[in-house]
Amino acid sequence: MASSDVARQPDKGVRPLSLAGHVGFDSLPDQLVNKSIYQGFCFNILCIGETGIGKSTLMDTLFNTNFENFESSHFEPQVKLRAQTYDLQESNVRLRLTVVNTVGFGDQMNKQESYQPVVDYIDRQFESYLQEELKIKRSLHNYHDSRVHACLYFISPSGHSLKSLDLVTMKKLDSKVNIIPVIAKADTISKSELHKFKIKIMSELVSNGVQIYQFPLDDETVAKVNTTMNGHLPFAVVGSTEEVCVGNKMVKARQYPWGVVQVENENHCDFVKLREMLICVNMEDLREQTHTRHYELYRRCKLEEMGFKDTDPECKPVSLQQTYEAKRQEFLVELQRREDEMRQMFVQRVKEKEAELKEAERELQSRFEQLKRLHADEKATLEEKKRLLDEDQSSFSKRRAAAQLLQAQSLTANGKKDKDRKNSGFM
Amino acid sequence: MENSSSNNRFRSAMFNHDDEDQDKEYVGFATLPNQVHRKSVKKGFDFTLMVAGESGLGKSTLVNSLFLTDLYKDRKLLNAEERITQTVEITKHTVDIEEKGVKLKLTIVDTPGFGDAVNNTECWKSVADYIDQQFEQYFRDESGLNRKNIQDNRVHCCLYFISPFGHGLRPLDVEFMKALHEKVNIVPILAKADTLTPSEVKKKKIKIREEIEQYGIKIYQFPDCDSDEDEEFKQQDLELKESIPFAVIGSNTVVEAKGKRVRGRLYPWGIVEVENSAHCDFVKLRNMLVRTHMQDLKDVTRETHYENYRAQCIQSMTRMVVKERNRNKLTRESGTDFPIPVVPTVTESETEKLIREKDEELRRMQEMLQRIQDHMITQKDGH
Repeated sequence: MASSDVARQPDKGVRPLSLAGHVGFDSLPDQLVNKSIYQGFCFNILCIGETGIGKSTLMDTLFNTNFENFESSHFEPQVKLRAQTYDLQESNVRLRLTVVNTVGFGDQMNKQESYQPVVDYIDRQFESYLQEELKIKRSLHNYHDSRVHACLYFISPSGHSLKSLDLVTMKKLDSKVNIIPVIAKADTISKSELHKFKIKIMSELVSNGVQIYQFPLDDETVAKVNTTMNGHLPFAVVGSTEEVCVGNKMVKARQYPWGVVQVENENHCDFVKLREMLICVNMEDLREQTHTRHYELYRRCKLEEMGFKDTDPECKPVSLQQTYEAKRQEFLVELQRREDEMRQMFVQRVKEKEAELKEAERELQSRFEQLKRLHADEKATLEEKKRLLDEDQSSFSKRRAAAQLLQAQSLTANGKKDKDRKNSGFM
Repeated sequence: MENSSSNNRFRSAMFNHDDEDQDKEYVGFATLPNQVHRKSVKKGFDFTLMVAGESGLGKSTLVNSLFLTDLYKDRKLLNAEERITQTVEITKHTVDIEEKGVKLKLTIVDTPGFGDAVNNTECWKSVADYIDQQFEQYFRDESGLNRKNIQDNRVHCCLYFISPFGHGLRPLDVEFMKALHEKVNIVPILAKADTLTPSEVKKKKIKIREEIEQYGIKIYQFPDCDSDEDEEFKQQDLELKESIPFAVIGSNTVVEAKGKRVRGRLYPWGIVEVENSAHCDFVKLRNMLVRTHMQDLKDVTRETHYENYRAQCIQSMTRMVVKERNRNKLTRESGTDFPIPVVPTVTESETEKLIREKDEELRRMQEMLQRIQDHMITQKDGH
């Protein structure tokens, strides 16, 4: 895709010539068209809205298919994004459509960080495109462009005004993506309420400086219809994949006890307007705007962050290569410095640890000495006691021996006396 | 003696004279209900209804439709920008309405700002505090010396509006109801039901009832009807219980439908009639709230929620007194005998850790020494 299809202003040194006959380069647009049909188109839509507000149903209704989505729970702890890619075909035109849905948006108690995952997703797509662009060997014509081309923001039909979360989120996104606000489940708002609601929403967006996508007015063939449509924003839509018999046709509708809401009836809702604007008329413009406005802004911010400039302090043009070399040098110097710092810190820490360990060792040693002494003292006292005990024992045994001897002696003395008596008795 | 007996005879003759005109067994207390009716009409009734839910769900319209008045004249709605950091307010509107001689003092408590800010953590707190304040005030009045004119500002019923645009209950709904289900009768309402087809309504009601049970939320239970009631009444009662949450549509504008003038909403594809039971449950809600269960709501508030609050209040008061007494006891006893657990702080310095390690070592060595000593003593005894 050409990066700038801006209408060219007549150059000053170039003379306009008139042709004498038919040359044939008026077939150039056709050549371009044939080439793009051959390549196929790609389109990425991001749908942001509360759980259950009807994002998946609207996508199904818009593209007349069943994208196989399942109901999400209200109890997700954080906002997540789910992207699904489909290949569609209508007549001979192939479209690679990526639908990204938010999961759990608006369900948390604290929604201050709810916008962040969305912003991160959009930036990631820009970043991967930027990386591809900056590569040495790149293949941009084959690259699957995943950048978000349109963002449908689903507004809850309260009938009063925008919710605070809507305002905060749209403000964060208006410089990154083409925002198309839609009023979801619009079959709950009567015509008069709808008129007031739309005015209130638009005035709130304007007064808070939120820039939503405006349908382009520069091309005369579509300027008129786009102007009218711009006045109908935000579109009040109703989605349905069920068919109801009305008259003698089967139409996409929702059947209530009090009537049937026909999706494609312009009197009932703005679905047809949305389909026409989003798909039939302005799809290519959305892609272009994403590339020339939002992507360029992202690229500029990113490169400025890295320190690249188009002109150096003396206002002389600086080539990318010079800046790149300068950055590289800086980076290497910084790396070296950090390495030295770390090394010093490491050495210091090792010294500290060593000192600590030595101190601990010394303490243990002194403790050990002390305990050893205690132990020796105890042992000495115990030895002393043992010695005393032994002495006691030996003196005791000596006394016992002496006593026994005395006893034996006295016994023999008595025995002799008896013998003497006995002997004397005989005589 | 004779005189008194004759007096007695005279008196009883008078009474016997009256009784003979009516049945011999007639006493007369069958007129009690009439007396209650008369007195209550004279006293008048009061009812406090709270409505809660995100803004834009039709709470004000429904209140106006329920009581056929315009309570919300000239109210100011905030812009989205102002609502980013909005806090929850509590507003009260009191009106006196009368019907067939019966006076009703109706108070509507509104909660503007609920769920509107970007950060809604604990947004239910001011609502819970308000309800507690009313209980506290009644408790104080009831315990006071002069109880002649107690004003009952307790909230009798809370209509909680659930958004029909989601798949069921949201975290905010669950938290709010769990915070208040033991303080007030919660009646869940499925708001703006004209966005749902009949099959979607049925599915959503079942889902919400399941989730209410799953999260243990105690909503207001209709009293079971006695087994001796007739079949029609029982059928109605069953239908009522299966209608929770009530799928309602509100409107105060009158439109022309099929030649009749009804309250409804006019769409290009048809007219939604508010009082048509095939279109929404408005009639069921109104009957339940105003015509049949108003007194029961007040009774449950008085007997269950208020009594719970009162019991809790008294218990916490006695607990505080006991705690004070215990705290005094603690300071008298010596601190070293208390095994106060050492709570290690997150940032413990290196030296403290070393000291603790060294203490551990010392203890271990002392134990070892003790063991050696014991061992030697036993050896000596052995000799």
